[in-house]
Amino acid sequence: MLVPLNWLREYCNPDLDTRGIEERLTMTGTKVEAIHHHGVPSADRFVVGRVLEAEQHPGADRLKVCKVDLGDDRDGPASIVCGAPNVAAGQTVAVARPGAVMPDGSELQRLELRGVTSEGMILAENELEIDSSPSTHGILVLDDRMLDAELAPGTPLADVLEIATDVLELEVTPNRPDCLAVYGVARELHAATVGTSAGAELAGAPWEEDPGSPGPVAGLEVTVECPDLCPRFTARLFENVTIAPSPLWLKARLSAAGQRPINNVVDITNYVMLLTGQPLHAFDADRVAGGHLTVRRARDGEQVLTLDGQTRTLDGEMVVIDDADGPTSIAGLMGGARSEVAPDTTRVLLEVATWNGPNIHRTSAALALRSEASSRFEKGLQPEQCMHAQAVATRLMLELCGATVAPGTIDVGPPPPPPQVIPLREQRVEAILGVPVARERQEQILNALDFATQRTDDGLEVVVPALRRADVTREIDLIEEVARIDGLERLPATLPARRGAAGLLTHSQRVRREAEDALVGRGLNEIVGWSFADPELLDRLRLPAEHDMRRVIAVENPLSEGQSIMRPTLLGSLLDAARENVSRNGPDVSIFESGTVYRAPREGLLAEEHHALGALLSGRLAPRSWRGAPGEADFFAAKALLAALLDRFHLDWSVQPGKRPFLHPGRAAAVLAGEEQLGFIGELHPLVASAWDLERTAVFTVDLGKLAAAAPAVVSFSELASVPSLRQDLAVTLPAGVAAGEILQRVGAAAGEMLEHVEVFDVYTGEQVGEGRRSLALGLTFRAHDRTLTDEDVAPARERIIAALDEIGGELRG
Amino acid sequence: MIERIEQLRAEAESEISAAGSSEALEQLRLRYLGRKAELPQLLRGVAALEPAQRSQVGQAANEARQGLETLLAARAAELGGRELEARLADDRVDVTLPGAPPQPLGRLHVISSTRRELEDIFLGLGFTVMEGPEVETVHYNFDALNHSPTHPARARSDTFYVSADVVLRTHTSPMQVRAMEAHPPPLYIVVPGRVYRPDSDATHTPQFHQIEGLAVDEDITLADLKGTLLTFARAVFGDDRDVRLRPHFFPFTEPSVEVDVSCFHCGGTGFLRDGSRCPVCKGEGWLEVLGAGEVDPNLYSFIPTTEANAPGYDPEKVQGFAWGMGIERIAMLKHGIPDLRLLYENDLRFLEQF
Repeated sequence: MLVPLNWLREYCNPDLDTRGIEERLTMTGTKVEAIHHHGVPSADRFVVGRVLEAEQHPGADRLKVCKVDLGDDRDGPASIVCGAPNVAAGQTVAVARPGAVMPDGSELQRLELRGVTSEGMILAENELEIDSSPSTHGILVLDDRMLDAELAPGTPLADVLEIATDVLELEVTPNRPDCLAVYGVARELHAATVGTSAGAELAGAPWEEDPGSPGPVAGLEVTVECPDLCPRFTARLFENVTIAPSPLWLKARLSAAGQRPINNVVDITNYVMLLTGQPLHAFDADRVAGGHLTVRRARDGEQVLTLDGQTRTLDGEMVVIDDADGPTSIAGLMGGARSEVAPDTTRVLLEVATWNGPNIHRTSAALALRSEASSRFEKGLQPEQCMHAQAVATRLMLELCGATVAPGTIDVGPPPPPPQVIPLREQRVEAILGVPVARERQEQILNALDFATQRTDDGLEVVVPALRRADVTREIDLIEEVARIDGLERLPATLPARRGAAGLLTHSQRVRREAEDALVGRGLNEIVGWSFADPELLDRLRLPAEHDMRRVIAVENPLSEGQSIMRPTLLGSLLDAARENVSRNGPDVSIFESGTVYRAPREGLLAEEHHALGALLSGRLAPRSWRGAPGEADFFAAKALLAALLDRFHLDWSVQPGKRPFLHPGRAAAVLAGEEQLGFIGELHPLVASAWDLERTAVFTVDLGKLAAAAPAVVSFSELASVPSLRQDLAVTLPAGVAAGEILQRVGAAAGEMLEHVEVFDVYTGEQVGEGRRSLALGLTFRAHDRTLTDEDVAPARERIIAALDEIGGELRG
Repeated sequence: MIERIEQLRAEAESEISAAGSSEALEQLRLRYLGRKAELPQLLRGVAALEPAQRSQVGQAANEARQGLETLLAARAAELGGRELEARLADDRVDVTLPGAPPQPLGRLHVISSTRRELEDIFLGLGFTVMEGPEVETVHYNFDALNHSPTHPARARSDTFYVSADVVLRTHTSPMQVRAMEAHPPPLYIVVPGRVYRPDSDATHTPQFHQIEGLAVDEDITLADLKGTLLTFARAVFGDDRDVRLRPHFFPFTEPSVEVDVSCFHCGGTGFLRDGSRCPVCKGEGWLEVLGAGEVDPNLYSFIPTTEANAPGYDPEKVQGFAWGMGIERIAMLKHGIPDLRLLYENDLRFLEQF
């Protein structure tokens, strides 16, 4: 909403400069987003002049040399060269004298034009930003266009025309359509300054006098078939209308408010809307067929040619206004081309109606058609506003268009609901705000906002004005009015009592942080990917038709097909980020993501969501070094990383070979905690890797919720043995197909309690161990809690280990 | 004999002092104090002397031996130290070579680190961190948050729908209701999480992150909201920050406010030292960081009283505040990140900066 300050000050003029007004409005809830300036930067050196002579320039066909009386008795008339074809002796004109600064910032100079000195410039409307449309070229002749024709030369131009004003750009919250109006903002400004030394009264409402009359209008009927969508419809008929340009003051105000002047009738509808907040629509009454308007729901597929020249296709929830020839406008949004006011219009039907806000919002969104009118209607206007607009418009139609108003006003709709009365407890105000507001001050604030008040035992009884009916319905709404005007800056900064509050992270939140930190600590960078995914992701991951990851949540109205499902895995965003980084920054990528993944529910409404942690390693695991080559990403690099992660949480975890469609079939495993499957680990299937332009890449993902459930919240202390351990090595050869995990598991089971730890410190296949066999070197650490072990002590355990390995084809080496 | 001792001692002392290496010193020790050396021989022969001489000679020889031993030890320490120094000097490395093997450095994403920073501030103030579903019912996302059935935010242009009754949550606020349904008052929670709206440009992404706060007790005022957010602002943006509350509108708070923090870049003046307009706050002196307010009493009326949250939420008995802020916005302000989209490009050059 653009509000020219000159216009605002006509209704409320506090003793504040623009910044002061900005501050008061912003701090009471009408945020000033920006302050613009319209017209000339400063009114200095712009004056009224009278053209005494206009002679042909001796050296230029198209120029005239004018003698212009600028009211300057000492120096006499100024000589001004003017190129406008319409300049003539006897005209009263607007003149910029040397030193004047034009709207574009340039400073006017005394000039030599082909040998003749020009001491200023006779101005056109666009040079003053009164009207920038091309049809107004030629100088501005004030006596043609102003009612007050006797203007003395030398009068400051700003005294007769609004040539300079600051303009406030306001953010009006959706609950306050009454502030999409200059008079509504003036009321706010009044309330925002009431009781201060700068405060100013609010001028009477511009609709207080209505030259029109109630009753039927001869020859005009209106039927509303859908009162749910049109709570009130009013219309007046104007005759003897002369379509002409609007007077300068009106053009200047509309231009300053960001509206383009068109002609007097259209300008009046715009002006009244900007002043009262209520949109109006003017029909050419002679182009409305049949003298009967019907407001109805449109038919599905019905088409209307709107006055912007476009054909709009409607549906059954949209509202049209019909005449005998069919739809003539789309209610609340735009008039039809057929009944538009034209230069030859002499009879005007002025429609002012109230429409259902949400319905207008829907229609406007569906047709992608937004206008100043629709943006007001969609917030829900009050039926009383119709007659506000009719009253102001009627006065202006009579004044500016030479029109007469036909007797009567069409008015369809039930009487507005009675005003609501709400008790406001004084104590409650303090309880909510944390600071008291005196009852007198509460009254002052509410009265300034047009609420009537009456004192009661414990506070006030408050009558809500019609324009605030939708927004203020409860005591708390009144408290807000008091608080915002009284000044939130008055509030002290206190802290809540926080009874029983204990700021703690849950176990799973702590596990998540620690898991992320573990990966960061191992040199991985965290990415944040999109929750949205492309359905093609599922194919690119080679998922078969019935795969569980295809159980996706689909978005009905995605921004694009590529963002139309919710990701079932972190792999997609990890792979996307890896590809981007490989192409931008080279082949070494170690990243992880911690985020939600989604599946369509097997039952219930909501998604199955869990928080997953996924890591991706591609290329070198660390920067190159002058001392030895760093490792490369592969299955075991990922598994070591996984171990660094899971071992932090004291999990009894393992991996088991397990294929995934997107993983290398020989380098893929399920990650288990006990029997529970936490996730998977593996190298990407080469076809998947190449689909993302990646070389060998290893990944894992785990379900952090399951991980947290498997991780003990508290770890119990284990006694530290004070005796030294005994270390023995064992080299065995086994059939190559026996998994290391099985070997270790058998060793552990056979050895008994004394075996503290086993590690695999060498793996060898080759000629020395024979075809189909593999040699493993195991480091065994034995310890007893009460004595230092000797080789004899552990010999039985060692024998049991050897026997257990023998059962699966193991032979002791060397 | 005593002269001989003195002579030996003098001779040894001068040679020890002149010894140039530990090795030479060891040779001298053997020569003067070794088993076959003259001085120990003399000492062993003392017993054979007549008593009058015995003590004199014995004492002199002993003194000489002890003196030499002390001198040898001192000289050995001196020479050893010097030799060690020389060896270590030869053993030097080029300390300006990079460490090896390299320890790769990982980073949390700036959204995560900012989220944790915010969580920690409010944990310190006694708030508990709660999270909720991102795929949410229309009931929790709109109805229970006092949005009228025709509220524009429900439009398909403003909300992603999964079905007629299910949306991608447009804010973290649904957890206000879920938390009150599950827990009795008093309640102090923050809710970080991912939210969705169908916008995409330099200042909007279709997904972003919010952190919601809710405090409900018997007497929580708007002044308490101000104090809580002042604490937050100072923790995030510095001790000199101030906050201001501007009246605003949200369906689920009443009174509603927008909260501005004084600009940390220009100190709230709107202008830099050189007189130019502050690029961070665009000359306003204030940065809009979040929306807040007292919880609308309608919300309490929508909360059924159950075993889980008994005695429930009676609008005449409880009151509180709620706020919600964008985590990306805080991160961008704090780190001077110019474009929201950078946060989702995941370029390692960006990730490694924070």
